Amino acid sequence: MNARLIPLLGFALVAALLGFGIHYMRNNSLNEVPSPLIGKPAPVFDLPVLGNDEKRISNADLRGQPYLLNVFASWCFACRDEHPILMAEGKSLGIPIIGFNYKDDPADATRWLAQFGDPYSVVIADREGRVAIDFGVYGAPESFLVDGDGIIRYKRIGAITPEIVAFELKPRLKAMQGAGK
Amino acid sequence: MKPRSLNRLGGPRALLLCVALMLPLAAAAIDALPFKDRAEEQRFQNLTRQLRCLVCQNESLADSSADLAKDLREEVFEQMRQGKSDDEIKHYLTARYSDFVLYNPPLRGGTFLLWFGPLLVLLIGSMVVARIVRRRGATKSSAPPASTTEEDW
Repeated sequence: MNARLIPLLGFALVAALLGFGIHYMRNNSLNEVPSPLIGKPAPVFDLPVLGNDEKRISNADLRGQPYLLNVFASWCFACRDEHPILMAEGKSLGIPIIGFNYKDDPADATRWLAQFGDPYSVVIADREGRVAIDFGVYGAPESFLVDGDGIIRYKRIGAITPEIVAFELKPRLKAMQGAGK
Repeated sequence: MKPRSLNRLGGPRALLLCVALMLPLAAAAIDALPFKDRAEEQRFQNLTRQLRCLVCQNESLADSSADLAKDLREEVFEQMRQGKSDDEIKHYLTARYSDFVLYNPPLRGGTFLLWFGPLLVLLIGSMVVARIVRRRGATKSSAPPASTTEEDW
């Protein structure tokens, strides 16, 4: 081999690495913290229903059918962008959407839902954010798709978009129905 | 007389006073956790400095003023009080937020390149350098420069 080609080869190698890096960063957000909970049972929780502290909802109450747990808050701007999509497409998922009101003032959350609409089957409130830590939540909005056995199948960090509904949520739901869960 | 009495508060003394007044501020900049002694506080600081804030990912849990960081600091503190070891607390966090929270990721299959990549690059580099040096030496001995006075720099 011609020894004079070695520097060129080295350059090509570095350029390829750079190219891969750019390609990778376009398709994968490096800021997203991968959830170690996918494929594992959803953390145990028992939280009051928003606006009705007497009534509580736990994992056990939600067992038996898949649901989408949507972390939102009235202080969260991205949730406002996400909200119309949940309103428009939420029903088409055919599963309950559980609102997870994260570190919010109940009065603010109630007003927020009255103003923008309520796409949720039920809203549970985690005022201190303790359960959210168990779920590995580090911002809002985040969403968890949980199957009928209580296993987390998918996590979306950031707003749910029509693309997420069509290409991430629905295929997974279909697969779950196929498996009888 | 007047400027003189004013002068008594100037210079190093005033500076010292300012610094003294600001000290409690610096300590309370993040949040005041009820440490029972200096050792506990040091352990807490040492531990939270090794953990990454999930919200502002270039900050450690010790430095971040994000709301979640505050909650996690409280959680870490509580678990310390419950007598949990540093490893147990780290495990608690990685079970929820993955290895991402650790500034010092554990050595395993997926992180092999992360740990040994630089060493590998160094090794390849030194191999290349060694080869070049050896070749130069070989060409020199086989064909000594014709003239040592003209272009010897």
